Amino acid sequence: MRNFEYYSPVTLKAGLTLLAHYGEQVKVLAGGTDLIVQMKAGKVSPAALIDVKKIAELNRLEWNSQDNLFIGAAVPLSRVAAWPELKTQFRLLYDACAMIGSFQLRNRGTVGGNICNAAPSADSIPPLLCLGAKAQVASSINMRKVPLEDFFIGPGKTILTPTELLIGIEVPAPPARSAGAYLRHTPRVDMDIAVAGAAVFLTLEDETSVCKEARIALGAVAPKAIRVPIAEAVLKGKVLTNQTISEAAAIAAETAKPIFDVRGSAEYRKELVKVLTSRALKQAWDTLQKNAREEI
Amino acid sequence: MKKQIILTVNGHERSVLVEPRQTLLDVLRYDLRLTGTKEGCGDGNCGSCTILMDGQAVNSCLVLAVEADGHNILTIEGLAQDGELHPLQKAFIDEGAVQCGFCTPGMIMNAKAILDINPHPTEEQVRLAIAGNLCRCTGYDKIVRAILKVAAASKDG
Repeated sequence: MRNFEYYSPVTLKAGLTLLAHYGEQVKVLAGGTDLIVQMKAGKVSPAALIDVKKIAELNRLEWNSQDNLFIGAAVPLSRVAAWPELKTQFRLLYDACAMIGSFQLRNRGTVGGNICNAAPSADSIPPLLCLGAKAQVASSINMRKVPLEDFFIGPGKTILTPTELLIGIEVPAPPARSAGAYLRHTPRVDMDIAVAGAAVFLTLEDETSVCKEARIALGAVAPKAIRVPIAEAVLKGKVLTNQTISEAAAIAAETAKPIFDVRGSAEYRKELVKVLTSRALKQAWDTLQKNAREEI
Repeated sequence: MKKQIILTVNGHERSVLVEPRQTLLDVLRYDLRLTGTKEGCGDGNCGSCTILMDGQAVNSCLVLAVEADGHNILTIEGLAQDGELHPLQKAFIDEGAVQCGFCTPGMIMNAKAILDINPHPTEEQVRLAIAGNLCRCTGYDKIVRAILKVAAASKDG
C-alpha cells in the first residue's frame, strides 16, 4: 500500500473542508472493507484518507414511525441489522444488511460504503431502490438530496463529485399494508457476492387485496441496480395470482442486461432473475396476506 | 508522516508510532510482537486475522492501525487468564478442532464474539457466523462441535 495522509475529523465541517482541499486525491474511509482491499491491490492510491467514523452526523441511526428512517453513512451493517425495527418494518433492507460479507465484515462495513462503492451486485441497493430511498449529500458549499435511482452511473461510479460526501440515506416510512423481500443467489450461503439479486416491495389498496403499488429492483444483472417499471405495471391494480407473478418475473428477466463472467453466464442470470423475482413476490404477498389475517 | 497511537491490547496500554498505511494486523505482529494473530489472505476473506475491537470481531488486516487509536483490542494472547486456558481454547483441544493451527486464533476469537452476543446459538447459527473463517484441515465439524460444547457448558440462560 502506498503511503498517504490520514485524517479523522470529528466535525462535518472539518471533513468537508478537507474534501474541498484535496478533491480527487482523497478517498473517504468508512468501514474500509472495500477501500482498504482496493488500496492493498494498488487499484487506488489516494494522497489522503478522510476517516468519517468520528463525525456524529454520519453515526446517526434514527427513526420514528411518522418520519424517514435515517442511516448515517458510517453506521456499520451489524448495528443497522441489530436494530429491532429494521426487521419488522423494513424487512427487505434487513435481509440485505444481514447477508453482506461475513460476521466480521459486517462489524466494519456500512450501508453508505456499500452504496458509494457502487458494485452492480451490492446487496443493499435493490431494497433501497424499492423503498424509495434518497441519498443526503453535502459539500463545503452546498447540501442536496438525490433519489437513489439517480445516484449511480455505472460499476463503481456515482454522481458524487470529488468534494462531496455522503452523509446518510433517508428511507421513507413504509406505508400501511406493505411488505417486501430481497433474495439473491450465491453459490455459498454466506460470504459471497450475488450472481443475481431481486428486491420487491408491494403495497395494497385499503381493505382489499388489490395491489396499489409494486416495485421491483434487480442487482448484479446490469451495470447498476435497476428498477423494472414494466414488470411493476403488470402487478399494479391487480389481485396477485401465480399467473401475474410469473408474467412480471418473465418481464423482469427480459429487462435484465447481465454480463457473462466467472459468476455466471448471461442466460443463467436471466433465469435467476425470473426465479428470484417470482419467489420474492410470493414471499412479500404471503407476508401481506398473513398480516391481513392478523388484523382480523 | 508517522503518527503516535495509543491503544489497549489485552488489557495493557500500548503506545506505537505507525505509518497510516500499516494495518492493525501488521502493528500487532511486527511492532508489538503478538504473532498469534495470523495473516491468511489479507483481504477479508479468510478470517485468520480476526481479533476483537471493543468486543466486536473484526478482520485486523482491513483495519488501519491509525483507526485503532484509542480502542480496546483483544487478541488470542489475551484469552488465557492466570495460566488457565479459555474454555474455547480447551474445547478446541479436546475436540481436536486444531490441525495445522493457522486458522485457530481467528476462529477462536470469532467464536468468542459469537458466544458473547448469543451464548446459546444453534448449530446453524454457529456455521453461518463462522462463514468468514476458512479452515482447510478440519472440514469444520470439529470446530463447530467445540463451539457448541462451550455454549452448552455455559450457565447463563
